[in-house]
Amino acid sequence: MSVKTEIKEEVTIKFAGDSGDGMQLTGSLFTDNTALEGSDLATFPDFPAEIRAPQGTLAGVSGFQLHFGSRRILTPGDEFDVLVAMNAAALKSNLGRLKPGSLIIANTDGFDSKNLRLAKYPDGINPLEDNSLSGFEVMTMPVTKLTMDALKEFDLGKSEKERSKNMFVLGFLYWKYNRKLDSTISYLSSKFKRKSDILEANLYVLKAGYHYGETTETFTTTYKVNAAPLEKGIYRSIMGNEALSIGLIAAAKKAGLSLFYGSYPITPASDILHYLSARKNFGVVTFQAEDEIAAICSAIGAAYGGNLAITGTSGPGMALKAEAMGLALMLELPLVICDIQRGGPSTGLPTKTEQSDLMQALYGRNGESPMPVIAAKSPSDCFYAAFEACRIALQHMVPVILLSDGYIANGAEPWMFPSAADLPEIKVQFAPPSDGETPYLPYLRNEDYVREWALPGTAGLAHRIGGLEKEANTGNVSYDPANHEYMVKIREAKVEKIADHIPPQSLEVGSESGDILVLGWGSTYGVIKSVVSDLVEEGHAVAHAHLRHLRPFPKNLESLLKQYQKVVIPEINNGQLSKVIRQHFLLDVIPYNKIQGVPITKSELKAFVQQLL
Amino acid sequence: MTVQNNGTTTLKAKDFASDQDVRWCPGCGDYSILKQTQTVFAELGLNRDEIAIVSGIGCSSRFPYYMETYGMHSIHGRAPAVACGLKMANPELHVWIVTGDGDGLSIGGNHFMHLLRRNFNVNLLMFNNQIYGLTKGQYSPTSEEHKMTKSTPFGSLDHPINPAAFALGSDATFVARSMDRDPKHLQAMIHRAHAHPGTSFLEIYQNCNIFNDGAFFAFTDKETKPETGILVEHGMPLRFGTRLEKGIRLDGTKPVVVDLEKDGFSVDDLWIHDEKDLYKAHILSRFFDHHNLSHQDGYLPRPFGVIYAVERPQYDVLLHEQLAEARQKQGEGDLDALIAGSTTWSIN
Repeated sequence: MSVKTEIKEEVTIKFAGDSGDGMQLTGSLFTDNTALEGSDLATFPDFPAEIRAPQGTLAGVSGFQLHFGSRRILTPGDEFDVLVAMNAAALKSNLGRLKPGSLIIANTDGFDSKNLRLAKYPDGINPLEDNSLSGFEVMTMPVTKLTMDALKEFDLGKSEKERSKNMFVLGFLYWKYNRKLDSTISYLSSKFKRKSDILEANLYVLKAGYHYGETTETFTTTYKVNAAPLEKGIYRSIMGNEALSIGLIAAAKKAGLSLFYGSYPITPASDILHYLSARKNFGVVTFQAEDEIAAICSAIGAAYGGNLAITGTSGPGMALKAEAMGLALMLELPLVICDIQRGGPSTGLPTKTEQSDLMQALYGRNGESPMPVIAAKSPSDCFYAAFEACRIALQHMVPVILLSDGYIANGAEPWMFPSAADLPEIKVQFAPPSDGETPYLPYLRNEDYVREWALPGTAGLAHRIGGLEKEANTGNVSYDPANHEYMVKIREAKVEKIADHIPPQSLEVGSESGDILVLGWGSTYGVIKSVVSDLVEEGHAVAHAHLRHLRPFPKNLESLLKQYQKVVIPEINNGQLSKVIRQHFLLDVIPYNKIQGVPITKSELKAFVQQLL
Repeated sequence: MTVQNNGTTTLKAKDFASDQDVRWCPGCGDYSILKQTQTVFAELGLNRDEIAIVSGIGCSSRFPYYMETYGMHSIHGRAPAVACGLKMANPELHVWIVTGDGDGLSIGGNHFMHLLRRNFNVNLLMFNNQIYGLTKGQYSPTSEEHKMTKSTPFGSLDHPINPAAFALGSDATFVARSMDRDPKHLQAMIHRAHAHPGTSFLEIYQNCNIFNDGAFFAFTDKETKPETGILVEHGMPLRFGTRLEKGIRLDGTKPVVVDLEKDGFSVDDLWIHDEKDLYKAHILSRFFDHHNLSHQDGYLPRPFGVIYAVERPQYDVLLHEQLAEARQKQGEGDLDALIAGSTTWSIN
């Protein structure tokens, strides 16, 4: 039988299996391979909070979603064209999001009576056999058995053999999408450099999966997705947390400072700690502190000592760090606090995404405690957002909150990366030594109300700083009523003055005035841009603006917002930016909120905006 | 400040005093600790610019404001964490942490424990007055049982922390105890703390004459202190009493008080203090009987001096060695290579 190849413009694949099935790795490897083909892409990993939730259960399903295509791809896709279901639970929990007629690749070994029971199918019901999937194209294969058979001759334990079954699926998909195996072979070779037997087994199974597609006559169609019309240049694939980490290192380098990262493990921020701790040859100091409070306090100490100091966490850790953020604000030391948001409140949804820490970032401290807040909008944008957060912290002697979230932290996209030489220098000047004849005034300010950074160890500058209210200029403890009011106002003015040093708000899509402006911040970037681009193409007067700076706002924001009949603000929270914009500009914006721990889909947002037109 | 013939300056104790008015209550034990610290810093010939004092919150934590050095008055309980960060950023600095029993053992107990096990090369002075002073008189984690305070009108139910035992349990490398009322001894202990490589923990009994006056009277009063306390010195037998007529003997692992004049033991039979012996240090740290019991048989006198002092690698030193090793092995990091990652492709 001849095999025909169909060209597809875009495809969304969902890899789903038990949390021990290696679906995250399978998805990532397929993503890397896709990137090398030149397609544009966006990914969305979705995993349970438990490391090994009970095997085979619905709670234990781990998924990885990849959307790729020969056109610009801005979201991980609303519905799936392909579902890889390693067991019954994986099928059951993803069935609702399959497009009609889509392809299901099912591992029949994951549909035995035990797996069916764990997935809570009624006795005697197997969805692969009861015609309930008749609206889909179903390919069944006993992946576990085929893997074990392929490795018959290998001298490995049963569980070690079984563990490579994800490579069988990957190999099969490479055949299905006309791919080369090179990227995965080179990944495996480096990962199992010192375990040659495991390496060989994985390579063998990978190829077995590929050949299974080739030689089994039942599979008659393969697909090809061509390269996307991306801007010319050199690309890499990047995940948000990795981009953020590199951005911090780049900022330290461009400021001529050592980087200090004090952190306490927390999902989904831990990968930043992992990444930075392996970069000691860049002079990066990572300190895994005893708790969230010690993490930020160690960073404050390092900032006092002259490092570019960073702490990273997620919502619950932000709550614990609040008092210390207030200290950094009083000390007027540079510090960046990275909040990789997740579903809240309390422990909330640790592995799910949400944008619900905006209010906490803006207001979550005691006293009058304004702090600059900036947000990253996509995985690769985490690099630039981190760089910008460091720039503001260093040049304005202020703690800065950088917001990311689980979706972009773990999501990946192609990135046309900059060269180090193209990045701007960050000018940092420490207070120079003095002869000590006149007392040093640590709280004298420049025209931007910024004080000097005077490092312990500098001759003649000995001085004391602390969390008690300071007297203007001297920094001595002061309980004077007028001084307190002055200091509160000047700390606020200092933060507001940053608006003089940030670019005006620009539009992503659309024209300077019109019917609707869709205003976003953070990880809703992709879906908003995608929706607004469509609507503009369809001839509507709609525009998209995306906020990098949430405090202070760009100076032109108010006038921009008032150029539109309506302002719509989509957020993965209960309307936090909407409240802030209303309060700032007395503008009755229209919130669009989704609070389900998952990104907003293109179709639902588009439908919402359309009914407002 | 005195200018020497060779042009260098020698600082005097008063050169370490800042221009700020000291605002502790008149008669507070903190004054003595401040004075002894300034004296020792001058004796050590330290430069004011190379010292940073980090404190938390509480009466004791106002200390940095009164010292003409670098200083940070941070937040409640967190001074050790701030100090660790500062020491990592600048290992050349002499970093001193000033804390109290509430700041260091209650809200900051966690950081205290981790500071000690990591063994940063910093010094920690804990002013222990067995009371919350700045919040006006609630019992603290070192207050004795049944203490009547504003927050415990029926008597405290808390069992007190034994700071020296806590420190040893956290694998501290230097544990010492002194008191505000014995300037010479306190100075000697501050000298020892400075000299120790690693975290030096110096507990200082400090009288709060407003909310807990006389808490340590039995250890500081001329009449009672020979019976209630014992000065320990490395290589010397454990002796106490008005005429040093008493001593401590180890019967197996059990410390026993003997009367050299009556019990038929000589000085040679006594426990010789060895500040490097961890097991004996643990026993010594457990000499924690309430001083009211000092008239009773079997009362073990409260030790003052260096209870334990050993060397162990310091976190800040190990950290910078690891950085240097990484740079040597992998070469100085290349930012362009980092940004590009391992796999790239071109769109033409």
